[in-house]
Amino acid sequence: MSPRAKSRLEVALIYLIVAAAAVVIFYPLAWAVGLSFNTGTSLYSSSMIPRQPTLEHYRWLFTSPESNYVTWYRNTLYVSTLSSALSIVFTSMTAYALSRFQFVGRRSGMYAFLLLQMFPVMMAMVAIYIFLNLIGLLNTLIGLILIYVGGQIPFNAWLVKGYLDTISRELDDAAKIDGAGPIRLFLRILLPLITPILAIVALTNFMLPIFDFILPSIILHDQSKYTLAVGLYHFVTERYSNNFTVFTAGAILIAVPIAVIYLFLQKYFISGLAAGGTKG
Amino acid sequence: MTEHNLSKVPTVPGAQTSHLKLSRSQLTQSESSQSESLPSQTSQSRSTEREPLQSGALPSPSSRAQSLQSQSSQSRPPSQPPPTPPRPGHRPGLAMALSIAFAGLGQLYNRSYIKGAVLIVLELAFIVTFADFIGLGLWGIATLGTIPRLDHSIFLLVYGLLSLMMLAVAAVIYVINVKDARRQAERIAAGWRRPGLRETVKQSYLASVPYLLSVPGFVLLLFVVVFPLLFAVSLAFTNYDLYHSPPRNLVDWVGFDNFVRLVTVPIWNQSFVKVLSWTLVWTVVSTSLQIALGLFLAVLVNDKRIRFKRLIRTILILPWAIPNFVTILIFSALFNDQFGAINRALLGGLNLPSIPWLTDPLYTKVALIGIQVWLGFPFLFALFTGVLQSISHDAYEAADVDGGSRWQKFRYITLPHVLFATAPLLIIQYTANFNNFNIIYLFNGGGPAVRGQTAGGTDILISWVYNLTFTTNNYNMAATISLIIGVIVIAFAWLQFRRTRSFREEREQG
Repeated sequence: MSPRAKSRLEVALIYLIVAAAAVVIFYPLAWAVGLSFNTGTSLYSSSMIPRQPTLEHYRWLFTSPESNYVTWYRNTLYVSTLSSALSIVFTSMTAYALSRFQFVGRRSGMYAFLLLQMFPVMMAMVAIYIFLNLIGLLNTLIGLILIYVGGQIPFNAWLVKGYLDTISRELDDAAKIDGAGPIRLFLRILLPLITPILAIVALTNFMLPIFDFILPSIILHDQSKYTLAVGLYHFVTERYSNNFTVFTAGAILIAVPIAVIYLFLQKYFISGLAAGGTKG
Repeated sequence: MTEHNLSKVPTVPGAQTSHLKLSRSQLTQSESSQSESLPSQTSQSRSTEREPLQSGALPSPSSRAQSLQSQSSQSRPPSQPPPTPPRPGHRPGLAMALSIAFAGLGQLYNRSYIKGAVLIVLELAFIVTFADFIGLGLWGIATLGTIPRLDHSIFLLVYGLLSLMMLAVAAVIYVINVKDARRQAERIAAGWRRPGLRETVKQSYLASVPYLLSVPGFVLLLFVVVFPLLFAVSLAFTNYDLYHSPPRNLVDWVGFDNFVRLVTVPIWNQSFVKVLSWTLVWTVVSTSLQIALGLFLAVLVNDKRIRFKRLIRTILILPWAIPNFVTILIFSALFNDQFGAINRALLGGLNLPSIPWLTDPLYTKVALIGIQVWLGFPFLFALFTGVLQSISHDAYEAADVDGGSRWQKFRYITLPHVLFATAPLLIIQYTANFNNFNIIYLFNGGGPAVRGQTAGGTDILISWVYNLTFTTNNYNMAATISLIIGVIVIAFAWLQFRRTRSFREEREQG
């Protein structure tokens, strides 16, 4: 076989493998999309290519008095926005202190961070439940936000600290000599330089409440307080296969905007994670 | 889409370089001007400094920054009066003893009236506000209550832990207070003169900035992470279960009984061994497969003969971009024994018999691993793609000259480079799958159920703990198992992290 033919064969093989991967990726997604346009709510009678395509399930989500979909969507956006904003504040402050100052407990604090981020949250669920009950924040969105913000500190402070360490300290010294105090140095000079990593922190913390379902399912009890993940989960498990088409419609309306955001931002996400993760 | 060079990222963005240059020249200027004024002040303060300045040899950038920082914080106006003679009458021991007796007294003796007053007020406030609570808490954690229905053991345990945490924080502040009184007194005895009020305020502000910055995060961390952890750990040493649940019954400390039960009682140790072994198999197989697939596809698509790279990469990353609770629930329906599309359309279409995906543990395990690879490989694919683009072509060209085969190039250039750059993130992938609750719980609830054990056929440790806690209320056993999980994961991660380069650097610096 000539080298050229061999090369062509290889390229064809690569395309074949990629095509196979694409089929495996698209099949479940296409199936779910197809299902959401089926008439009727039963999983059994529906098919991937609907016989009579309909939008009735989408309409039901927004118009039916039985549907809490809009409330869940609003709750989720509220939790996501606040926890993402607060995370940035707490994380960047902690990371700045860890990166730029020598103080009592800095090293042991950092080791503790490293280890704490390994502990499964599940282990602490009961305690969190009792604690929130104690301070009257059980079954509230604020309580949920508090747990998200506190729980993300170890990993993200580590990440941001790693990124801060790569920024030259000569910059700090110059600013100090120009008379900038530590707070001004941080806000005016360092903060703009670490926006890429902070964007990642913001994004992950915005996404977490949308993805997560264990914590809200333990903390929130009222249907009207649910976030999307919990709401849809209960929706699909309580009356299992009878609701599946409506579930797929609701799920698609979450998945599409998030997928678009991810696909646009993923290169920043990956590069920041690699930079902070490998340096940190 | 990922035509993005990783190596560019960690450095300061290009727009800032001009600023950097400018400040560098400023720095050298002011450094020289500062070093002129240094000798006059070092003679008075060097003896009392904790870390003497070594302006000759500056080994690492961090210690350099540190010494610069301490220089700038102690530089004083040039019009400062000459140092006063030492005051041997001032006794550091007395200052220390006074501040041990009551926080702030030592500072008063040192004539730091404001600081002393603040400390005294703080201690008084702490005692007045928390004395009752701490008293109750300490009694509570020791006894866990004595009268059923009146004493709620679990609340008492919570109060006790909160009290212990408050005491620990107070103790740290107290130690700092004592050390501060002693150091101050030593300085006064050596002839240190107190700068003006403004200067003192400024100095203490600068010294407290790192604490002020980290306190909010630390407090939150204390309540949301540390406290629940302590609680979970203490539950492992109690008999808190369905039969000992407050307020009707009291909970007691039982020492290591739960650990002994886990090993000796058949229903527990059979479940434990089965769950642990499946958890390990699950973690190693699913994570390694997703890493291998991600790397394989990244290398293939990175081939320079391949076109439409952006499109291909976008498609391959898609599963990562969709919320995974959505995809897992969809897969759960797809694999449904009776009406799932896999059995009905795929196998039915090929005239093959249906496979009991959700009722036979073995098939459920196979399905779970397959789904996890589907969910997990795109992130690694994207990560590896980024790293591959940052490998310089020189190494490959050199290999071509030496006649290296494709496999050799992969084995000796690509693989080490990729693994080196991503090691910490790969470790995190393993620990994340070890605790991957979502997929196990959402796909089949850890099922199918197995007779004679307390865990389902596909339960991993974390989902088993969830069921023990929220379904069967075996809090004590759940906590015991959690403790074991925590120790395993941390030990593994610790060992791995110690081996990575970045971690070693931090150790040397710190």
